[in-house]
Amino acid sequence: MSIAAKKRVFASPASLTDNKFHFCPGCHHGLVHRLAAETIDYYDLSSKAIGVIGVGCGVFLYDYLAIDCCESPHGRAPAVATGIKRSNPDSFVVTYQGDGDLAAIGTSEIIHAANRQESITIIFVNNSVYGMTGGQMAPTTLPGQKTTTTPAGRQPVGDGYPINVAELISTLKGTAFAARVACHSHTHIRTARKAMRRAFQAQIEKRGLGLIELLSACPTNWRMTPQQSVRRLEAEMINTFPLGTYKDF
Amino acid sequence: MEYSVVMSGFGGQGVLMMGELLAHCGMKAGLNVTWMPSYGVEMRGGAANCTVVLSENQIGAPITGTPKAVIAMSEPALDKFGSRLPENGLLMINSSLVCKDNSTYGQNGIKTVFIPTRELAEESGNEKMANLAMLGAFLAQTGVLELERVKKEVRSFLPPHKSNLAEGIEKALLKGKEYIDSL
Amino acid sequence: MTEKQLLKGSVALAQGAIDAGCRYYFGYPITPQNDIPEYLSAALPAVGGVFIQAESELASINMVLGAAASGKMAMTSSSGPGISLMQEGLSYLAGSELPAVVVNITRSGPGLGGIAPTQGDYMQATRGGGHGDYRLIVLAPNSAQEMYDLAGEAFRLAFKYRNPAMILGDAILGQMKEPVMLREALSPPQNSPWALSGAKDRQPRLVKSLYLKDGEMTVHNLKLLDKYKALQEKEVKVEIDCPTRCDLIVVAFGSCSRIARTAVDRACLQGLKVGLVRPISLFPFPEKAVREEAQKAGRVLVVEMNTGQMLEDVKLACNGNSEVYFKSYPGGAVPTPEEIEKEIEVIVGKGGLRHVNSS
Repeated sequence: MSIAAKKRVFASPASLTDNKFHFCPGCHHGLVHRLAAETIDYYDLSSKAIGVIGVGCGVFLYDYLAIDCCESPHGRAPAVATGIKRSNPDSFVVTYQGDGDLAAIGTSEIIHAANRQESITIIFVNNSVYGMTGGQMAPTTLPGQKTTTTPAGRQPVGDGYPINVAELISTLKGTAFAARVACHSHTHIRTARKAMRRAFQAQIEKRGLGLIELLSACPTNWRMTPQQSVRRLEAEMINTFPLGTYKDF
Repeated sequence: MEYSVVMSGFGGQGVLMMGELLAHCGMKAGLNVTWMPSYGVEMRGGAANCTVVLSENQIGAPITGTPKAVIAMSEPALDKFGSRLPENGLLMINSSLVCKDNSTYGQNGIKTVFIPTRELAEESGNEKMANLAMLGAFLAQTGVLELERVKKEVRSFLPPHKSNLAEGIEKALLKGKEYIDSL
Repeated sequence: MTEKQLLKGSVALAQGAIDAGCRYYFGYPITPQNDIPEYLSAALPAVGGVFIQAESELASINMVLGAAASGKMAMTSSSGPGISLMQEGLSYLAGSELPAVVVNITRSGPGLGGIAPTQGDYMQATRGGGHGDYRLIVLAPNSAQEMYDLAGEAFRLAFKYRNPAMILGDAILGQMKEPVMLREALSPPQNSPWALSGAKDRQPRLVKSLYLKDGEMTVHNLKLLDKYKALQEKEVKVEIDCPTRCDLIVVAFGSCSRIARTAVDRACLQGLKVGLVRPISLFPFPEKAVREEAQKAGRVLVVEMNTGQMLEDVKLACNGNSEVYFKSYPGGAVPTPEEIEKEIEVIVGKGGLRHVNSS
């Protein structure tokens, strides 16, 4: 068989640029970026997609996704997304936010965007720690987890309990889709891809806010190897943050 | 020539509307006008007042420490604004509600006129038009605008869904004027 | 539109924004500016626009940022405490070079303060207000007509310079009704070359204010500085009314300038030689006009409804070459023309014992 006759079965998503990821080894941000790019391609959204970037390790999303992008102040991505979507209803608006961004400083904006039934898509990366600022406690940090600001481990009474975002957002009437997935194995990535599509579909069908929460690893700030990180994610994070679809239109 | 009047009373007596109608008609007559409602702490509570300034020239301050006239529709309003009148000012008091004795006022050449606004409004056919009876009296007393001019502009002042009030307003204005003429 | 309408300042401003092409408003209620969102909540949908009552001023200004990033004319309005919350977003708008209009119908402060007319936010408005090295375009109307006109002018400047613009008013300007002549409405802006709309048949665009690489931020700051210099050269707005021979100029802005106007007129009728300089653009500040008129008169009286904020700009403009006096009305106190007139008489008539700074 000649080379020309060969069928291409795998390629980098067209919406993903050739820039090399800056992420640490074992970090799942790169995977989530790729899933987002695949989904943009799947729905042929690259010419109408506008990414709204939160503050955190995902802040350089525009280096990796070949779409229009807008930075937003820490936590305010759903408000910025609201402004974009309402003033340009034909655009496809997707935010990319971490756990500090969405579940701490931006709780108000995400809740009210969902409550207004904004047709926007939220990609929420939960790695149970502040990555970019150096491993401080996040609202999703597990009880007992040591961080640079909880040296003795997080004490729920006083430091707070982990916040289960997907469940929380699913209780709002304006939310169309809310699910929690993981991306530390092939099986989980396949589930994540399907969930990502539903989170996009919610906006395409103008059903309301679609949120996908992705459990992911931060080996650097967990002080672990990538392998240890995957084991921790499987053994500890999923207990606190059960995987599943909490709302589907 | 600049004319400034403070209109004051209880919230609900229509003092703001009375001032607005005067300002609107002044504008229609080609004058410069300002209408400044009660502001500051006075926005909260039972009192209402506004200052209207009419002038052939550009108007500077929309408020004044020394108005040419004060209309007091209530006793607290009289207490508060009556004393601000300079010499030869005009004080118009709603005698349907304010029982203070005539002799208290009229110092420094201040002219005091008592208007039984509710009675006049009732005579005009609508007891709620007391403020407009007062405005009619004020126009007749001061001549700042022709009553006919004001009557003519009532319809352009009212929003469409309130145009049915025009006739009643005109009648009340006229009653106020007739009362001044009868003095 | 050939006939004047008697409009409240806040309503005039809101209609002025619409007539300038603004179709997007995001805001959160706060006294004394609620007439603006209340009016726009009906008026914007009527012209195909969008009105959102946001959950906070933080959300409001960021919705404005989103709409602005889409190349649309968007605005918000608030008062003191709400404007403080918006400073983060204003800094991002300036850093991202996005056009937007923010209206501050001020409250007295600090803290929850009061709702009476005040000019205590002059510093916050003219110095940028948020973090970083930036300026807002700041316009200070003094009539309902100017509330209408400057709403449009604020959008024009914001788009021309890609910089957020603020209109600084107060409860007098917001609540007062005056005749307003409306102009022919403009269409909303189309297809700005920087606006985000989806990368169809073109390279992706990026709206950002993060510059981490060596030297990048310095370049960006200098670019912003060029913009502020251009504003200073081309966009100063000032009303000057000074007799040829003048013994004192009064400098006042906004509602306070109206009261100063009456006081100056009365002083002139008495035979005093007094002029009035009214900054309309607070940034760019009419430094040259103030300096020249102050130098001619030798004496300047600044009247402000605060404890002395524009006073600093006037002193900078005078640079020690004129005597600068100050009359202060903070915390919601409003001067009467009689009070300012008396102050003028004291300074011109008897020489200045009350000056706060003399050469």
